[in-house]
Amino acid sequence: MADQVFFDDVEVGQAIPDLRKNCSTQQLVVWAGASGDFYQIHYDANFAKRTGLDNIIVHGALKHAFLGQVLHDWVAPEGRIEKFGCQYRGMDYPDQDITCGGVVTKKYVENGRNVVELDVWTENPNGQKTTPGTARVVLPSRG
Amino acid sequence: MAESTTQSVITDEMRAQIGVEGPATLHEVTSTGCRLFARAVGHTDLVFYDPDVARERGYRDILAPPGYLGTPVYRPGGRGEGGAGAPMGGGLKIPYKRILNGGTTYEYMEPICAGDVISSRSQVAEFQERTGSIGPMLIVYRETTYTREDGTVVAKMYGNIIHY
Repeated sequence: MADQVFFDDVEVGQAIPDLRKNCSTQQLVVWAGASGDFYQIHYDANFAKRTGLDNIIVHGALKHAFLGQVLHDWVAPEGRIEKFGCQYRGMDYPDQDITCGGVVTKKYVENGRNVVELDVWTENPNGQKTTPGTARVVLPSRG
Repeated sequence: MAESTTQSVITDEMRAQIGVEGPATLHEVTSTGCRLFARAVGHTDLVFYDPDVARERGYRDILAPPGYLGTPVYRPGGRGEGGAGAPMGGGLKIPYKRILNGGTTYEYMEPICAGDVISSRSQVAEFQERTGSIGPMLIVYRETTYTREDGTVVAKMYGNIIHY
Protein backbone atom coordinates (compact mmCIF):
# COMPACT_ATOMS: atom_id res chain seq x y z
CA MET A 1 0.00 0.00 0.00
CA ALA A 2 1.22 3.47 -0.89
CA ASP A 3 1.49 6.52 1.38
CA GLN A 4 -1.60 8.48 2.41
CA VAL A 5 -3.31 10.39 -0.42
CA PHE A 6 -4.43 13.88 0.63
CA PHE A 7 -7.47 15.77 -0.65
CA ASP A 8 -5.28 18.80 -1.46
CA ASP A 9 -3.20 16.80 -3.95
CA VAL A 10 -6.08 15.17 -5.85
CA GLU A 11 -7.05 16.57 -9.26
CA VAL A 12 -10.08 15.93 -11.44
CA GLY A 13 -9.06 13.63 -14.27
CA GLN A 14 -6.41 11.93 -12.15
CA ALA A 15 -6.23 8.15 -12.43
CA ILE A 16 -5.90 6.07 -9.29
CA PRO A 17 -3.37 3.20 -9.23
CA ASP A 18 -4.62 0.09 -11.05
CA LEU A 19 -5.17 -3.22 -9.32
CA ARG A 20 -4.57 -6.34 -11.41
CA LYS A 21 -6.59 -9.45 -10.58
CA ASN A 22 -6.61 -12.92 -12.09
CA CYS A 23 -9.02 -15.34 -10.42
CA SER A 24 -8.10 -18.98 -9.98
CA THR A 25 -11.01 -21.39 -9.66
CA GLN A 26 -9.85 -21.76 -6.05
CA GLN A 27 -10.39 -18.05 -5.45
CA LEU A 28 -13.95 -18.38 -6.77
CA VAL A 29 -14.59 -21.22 -4.33
CA VAL A 30 -13.21 -19.16 -1.43
CA TRP A 31 -15.47 -16.30 -2.55
CA ALA A 32 -18.49 -18.62 -2.76
CA GLY A 33 -17.93 -19.55 0.89
CA ALA A 34 -17.24 -15.97 2.00
CA SER A 35 -20.22 -14.44 0.21
CA GLY A 36 -22.72 -17.28 0.57
CA ASP A 37 -23.33 -17.32 -3.21
CA PHE A 38 -23.24 -21.02 -4.05
CA TYR A 39 -24.68 -20.78 -7.58
CA GLN A 40 -22.89 -23.54 -9.53
CA ILE A 41 -22.15 -21.45 -12.65
CA HIS A 42 -19.23 -20.07 -10.63
CA TYR A 43 -17.39 -23.34 -9.89
CA ASP A 44 -18.92 -26.27 -11.82
CA ALA A 45 -17.90 -26.08 -15.51
CA ASN A 46 -20.35 -28.81 -16.60
CA PHE A 47 -23.20 -27.01 -14.89
CA ALA A 48 -22.13 -23.67 -16.43
CA LYS A 49 -22.00 -25.20 -19.93
CA ARG A 50 -25.45 -26.75 -19.52
CA THR A 51 -26.82 -23.24 -18.90
CA GLY A 52 -25.25 -22.07 -22.17
CA LEU A 53 -22.10 -20.42 -20.82
CA ASP A 54 -18.64 -21.08 -22.32
CA ASN A 55 -17.08 -21.72 -18.92
CA ILE A 56 -17.57 -20.87 -15.26
CA ILE A 57 -17.74 -17.12 -14.73
CA VAL A 58 -16.44 -14.78 -12.05
CA HIS A 59 -19.11 -13.64 -9.55
CA GLY A 60 -20.30 -10.09 -10.24
CA ALA A 61 -20.20 -9.35 -6.53
CA LEU A 62 -16.51 -10.35 -6.41
CA LYS A 63 -15.73 -7.79 -9.11
CA HIS A 64 -17.72 -5.27 -7.06
CA ALA A 65 -15.54 -6.20 -4.05
CA PHE A 66 -12.39 -5.75 -6.21
CA LEU A 67 -13.55 -2.17 -6.84
CA GLY A 68 -13.84 -1.87 -3.05
CA GLN A 69 -10.23 -2.98 -2.77
CA VAL A 70 -8.83 -0.61 -5.42
CA LEU A 71 -10.65 2.26 -3.66
CA HIS A 72 -9.65 1.17 -0.16
CA ASP A 73 -6.00 0.81 -1.14
CA TRP A 74 -6.08 4.34 -2.59
CA VAL A 75 -7.74 6.08 0.41
CA ALA A 76 -6.19 4.05 3.29
CA PRO A 77 -5.20 4.42 6.03
CA GLU A 78 -7.09 7.64 6.88
CA GLY A 79 -9.60 8.01 4.06
CA ARG A 80 -12.94 6.26 3.90
CA ILE A 81 -15.18 4.80 1.20
CA GLU A 82 -18.66 6.31 1.54
CA LYS A 83 -20.34 4.78 -1.49
CA PHE A 84 -19.35 2.50 -4.35
CA GLY A 85 -21.30 0.57 -6.91
CA CYS A 86 -21.25 -0.88 -10.38
CA GLN A 87 -23.38 -2.32 -13.14
CA TYR A 88 -22.72 -5.88 -14.28
CA ARG A 89 -22.35 -5.47 -18.04
CA GLY A 90 -20.10 -8.32 -19.09
CA MET A 91 -18.77 -11.66 -17.96
CA ASP A 92 -15.24 -12.39 -16.78
CA TYR A 93 -13.62 -15.80 -16.66
CA PRO A 94 -11.07 -17.48 -14.37
CA ASP A 95 -7.38 -17.31 -15.35
CA GLN A 96 -7.90 -14.06 -17.25
CA ASP A 97 -6.69 -10.65 -16.14
CA ILE A 98 -9.24 -8.30 -14.60
CA THR A 99 -7.82 -4.79 -14.29
CA CYS A 100 -9.52 -2.55 -11.74
CA GLY A 101 -9.13 1.19 -12.22
CA GLY A 102 -10.64 4.56 -11.49
CA VAL A 103 -10.47 8.23 -12.38
CA VAL A 104 -11.43 11.28 -10.29
CA THR A 105 -14.51 13.08 -11.65
CA LYS A 106 -15.25 15.66 -8.89
CA LYS A 107 -13.81 17.04 -5.67
CA TYR A 108 -15.56 19.32 -3.19
CA VAL A 109 -15.93 20.13 0.51
CA GLU A 110 -19.36 19.41 1.97
CA ASN A 111 -20.31 19.63 5.66
CA GLY A 112 -16.61 19.67 6.55
CA ARG A 113 -15.96 16.47 4.56
CA ASN A 114 -13.36 16.38 1.77
CA VAL A 115 -15.33 14.49 -0.84
CA VAL A 116 -13.91 12.93 -4.00
CA GLU A 117 -16.10 11.25 -6.62
CA LEU A 118 -14.76 8.78 -9.14
CA ASP A 119 -15.67 6.62 -12.08
CA VAL A 120 -14.46 3.07 -11.43
CA TRP A 121 -14.44 -0.10 -13.50
CA THR A 122 -13.05 -3.54 -14.10
CA GLU A 123 -11.63 -4.18 -17.56
CA ASN A 124 -11.15 -7.49 -19.36
CA PRO A 125 -8.11 -8.41 -21.55
CA ASN A 126 -9.90 -6.96 -24.63
CA GLY A 127 -10.15 -3.56 -22.98
CA GLN A 128 -13.91 -3.83 -22.35
CA LYS A 129 -15.23 -2.40 -19.10
CA THR A 130 -17.30 -5.30 -17.77
CA THR A 131 -18.33 -3.59 -14.51
CA PRO A 132 -18.48 0.21 -14.87
CA GLY A 133 -19.45 2.11 -11.75
CA THR A 134 -19.05 5.15 -9.56
CA ALA A 135 -17.73 5.85 -6.08
CA ARG A 136 -17.62 8.54 -3.40
CA VAL A 137 -14.77 8.67 -0.88
CA VAL A 138 -13.57 11.13 1.76
CA LEU A 139 -9.89 12.01 2.19
CA PRO A 140 -7.89 13.79 4.89
CA SER A 141 -6.34 17.18 4.10
CA ARG A 142 -2.75 18.23 4.74
CA GLY A 143 -2.14 20.09 7.98
CA MET B 1 -43.39 3.36 -16.72
CA ALA B 2 -43.57 0.76 -19.48
CA GLU B 3 -42.05 2.03 -22.70
CA SER B 4 -42.21 -1.15 -24.74
CA THR B 5 -45.16 -2.22 -26.84
CA THR B 6 -45.34 -5.64 -25.19
CA GLN B 7 -47.98 -6.01 -22.55
CA SER B 8 -46.87 -4.96 -19.09
CA VAL B 9 -46.18 -7.70 -16.55
CA ILE B 10 -46.44 -5.25 -13.66
CA THR B 11 -49.60 -6.04 -11.74
CA ASP B 12 -51.44 -3.89 -9.21
CA GLU B 13 -50.33 -6.41 -6.60
CA MET B 14 -46.69 -5.77 -7.54
CA ARG B 15 -47.18 -1.99 -7.61
CA ALA B 16 -48.62 -2.19 -4.10
CA GLN B 17 -45.28 -3.64 -2.95
CA ILE B 18 -43.35 -0.47 -3.81
CA GLY B 19 -42.02 1.09 -0.63
CA VAL B 20 -43.21 -1.76 1.62
CA GLU B 21 -40.43 -3.07 3.82
CA GLY B 22 -39.95 -6.83 3.82
CA PRO B 23 -39.08 -9.01 6.82
CA ALA B 24 -35.80 -8.44 8.66
CA THR B 25 -32.76 -10.61 7.97
CA LEU B 26 -30.10 -10.82 10.67
CA HIS B 27 -26.42 -10.59 9.69
CA GLU B 28 -23.52 -11.36 12.03
CA VAL B 29 -20.28 -9.49 11.36
CA THR B 30 -17.68 -11.86 12.83
CA SER B 31 -13.89 -11.59 12.79
CA THR B 32 -13.76 -14.92 10.93
CA GLY B 33 -16.29 -13.66 8.38
CA CYS B 34 -14.31 -10.44 7.84
CA ARG B 35 -11.05 -12.36 7.37
CA LEU B 36 -12.58 -14.89 4.98
CA PHE B 37 -14.17 -12.16 2.86
CA ALA B 38 -10.93 -10.11 2.82
CA ARG B 39 -8.93 -13.22 1.92
CA ALA B 40 -11.35 -14.14 -0.91
CA VAL B 41 -10.94 -10.66 -2.41
CA GLY B 42 -7.17 -10.59 -1.86
CA HIS B 43 -7.01 -7.64 0.55
CA THR B 44 -3.56 -7.05 2.05
CA ASP B 45 -4.43 -4.30 4.58
CA LEU B 46 -4.20 -5.82 8.08
CA VAL B 47 -7.10 -3.62 9.24
CA PHE B 48 -9.33 -6.43 7.86
CA TYR B 49 -7.46 -9.19 9.71
CA ASP B 50 -5.90 -7.96 12.96
CA PRO B 51 -7.96 -6.33 15.75
CA ASP B 52 -4.88 -4.57 17.20
CA VAL B 53 -4.11 -2.91 13.86
CA ALA B 54 -7.78 -1.95 13.49
CA ARG B 55 -7.89 -0.39 16.99
CA GLU B 56 -4.68 1.55 16.36
CA ARG B 57 -6.42 2.99 13.31
CA GLY B 58 -9.40 4.10 15.42
CA TYR B 59 -11.86 1.28 14.70
CA ARG B 60 -13.71 -0.64 17.42
CA ASP B 61 -12.50 -4.01 16.07
CA ILE B 62 -11.52 -5.62 12.74
CA LEU B 63 -12.98 -3.46 9.94
CA ALA B 64 -15.46 -5.23 7.65
CA PRO B 65 -14.01 -5.13 4.09
CA PRO B 66 -15.92 -3.06 1.50
CA GLY B 67 -18.97 -5.01 0.36
CA TYR B 68 -19.15 -7.21 3.48
CA LEU B 69 -22.16 -6.45 5.65
CA GLY B 70 -22.04 -9.62 7.70
CA THR B 71 -23.14 -13.19 7.11
CA PRO B 72 -26.90 -13.84 7.10
CA VAL B 73 -27.81 -16.11 10.01
CA TYR B 74 -28.54 -19.51 8.50
CA ARG B 75 -31.35 -21.85 9.50
CA PRO B 76 -32.10 -25.10 7.66
CA GLY B 77 -35.11 -24.56 5.43
CA GLY B 78 -35.03 -20.83 6.07
CA ARG B 79 -35.11 -18.02 3.56
CA GLY B 80 -31.32 -18.09 3.24
CA GLU B 81 -31.33 -21.69 2.00
CA GLY B 82 -30.39 -20.88 -1.58
CA GLY B 83 -27.50 -18.57 -0.72
CA ALA B 84 -27.17 -15.06 -2.03
CA GLY B 85 -29.22 -15.84 -5.15
CA ALA B 86 -32.28 -16.89 -3.18
CA PRO B 87 -33.94 -13.60 -2.27
CA MET B 88 -33.76 -12.28 -5.84
CA GLY B 89 -37.36 -13.14 -6.71
CA GLY B 90 -38.41 -11.51 -3.46
CA GLY B 91 -41.83 -13.19 -3.39
CA LEU B 92 -43.06 -11.20 -6.39
CA LYS B 93 -45.05 -13.11 -9.01
CA ILE B 94 -42.91 -12.40 -12.05
CA PRO B 95 -43.64 -14.41 -15.22
CA TYR B 96 -40.03 -14.38 -16.48
CA LYS B 97 -37.95 -17.43 -15.56
CA ARG B 98 -34.40 -16.11 -15.85
CA ILE B 99 -32.64 -13.48 -13.83
CA LEU B 100 -29.45 -11.43 -14.05
CA ASN B 101 -27.94 -9.31 -11.32
CA GLY B 102 -27.88 -5.87 -12.93
CA GLY B 103 -25.83 -3.97 -10.42
CA THR B 104 -25.04 -3.24 -6.80
CA THR B 105 -24.20 -0.08 -4.86
CA TYR B 106 -23.34 0.14 -1.17
CA GLU B 107 -23.48 3.36 0.80
CA TYR B 108 -21.85 3.47 4.24
CA MET B 109 -23.03 5.81 6.98
CA GLU B 110 -20.82 4.27 9.68
CA PRO B 111 -17.86 1.87 9.69
CA ILE B 112 -18.95 -1.75 10.19
CA CYS B 113 -16.74 -3.81 12.49
CA ALA B 114 -16.43 -7.37 13.76
CA GLY B 115 -18.88 -7.94 16.60
CA ASP B 116 -21.68 -5.93 14.97
CA VAL B 117 -25.05 -7.57 14.54
CA ILE B 118 -27.00 -5.98 11.71
CA SER B 119 -30.62 -6.27 10.70
CA SER B 120 -31.51 -5.65 7.05
CA ARG B 121 -34.87 -4.89 5.46
CA SER B 122 -35.49 -4.59 1.73
CA GLN B 123 -38.14 -2.80 -0.26
CA VAL B 124 -38.90 -2.46 -3.94
CA ALA B 125 -38.13 1.10 -5.05
CA GLU B 126 -39.19 0.90 -8.69
CA PHE B 127 -40.13 -1.38 -11.58
CA GLN B 128 -38.96 -0.69 -15.12
CA GLU B 129 -39.83 -2.56 -18.29
CA ARG B 130 -37.69 -2.54 -21.41
CA THR B 131 -37.06 -4.60 -24.47
CA GLY B 132 -33.40 -5.31 -25.15
CA SER B 133 -31.26 -7.79 -27.03
CA ILE B 134 -32.41 -10.53 -24.65
CA GLY B 135 -36.08 -9.72 -25.28
CA PRO B 136 -38.59 -8.11 -22.95
CA MET B 137 -37.36 -7.62 -19.42
CA LEU B 138 -38.49 -6.37 -16.08
CA ILE B 139 -35.95 -4.55 -13.93
CA VAL B 140 -36.68 -4.54 -10.21
CA TYR B 141 -34.86 -1.85 -8.21
CA ARG B 142 -34.52 -2.59 -4.51
CA GLU B 143 -33.20 -0.67 -1.54
CA THR B 144 -32.01 -2.46 1.57
CA THR B 145 -31.37 -0.67 4.85
CA TYR B 146 -28.86 -2.13 7.33
CA THR B 147 -29.40 -1.20 10.97
CA ARG B 148 -27.11 -2.01 13.91
CA GLU B 149 -28.55 -3.30 17.19
CA ASP B 150 -28.31 0.18 18.76
CA GLY B 151 -30.67 1.49 16.06
CA THR B 152 -28.00 3.24 13.95
CA VAL B 153 -28.45 2.90 10.18
CA VAL B 154 -24.96 1.83 9.09
CA ALA B 155 -25.43 1.18 5.39
CA LYS B 156 -27.80 1.08 2.45
CA MET B 157 -27.70 -1.17 -0.57
CA TYR B 158 -29.19 -0.26 -3.92
CA GLY B 159 -29.51 -3.17 -6.30
CA ASN B 160 -31.31 -4.10 -9.46
CA ILE B 161 -32.31 -7.51 -10.75
CA ILE B 162 -33.17 -8.08 -14.40
CA HIS B 163 -35.93 -10.64 -15.04
CA TYR B 164 -36.27 -11.85 -18.64
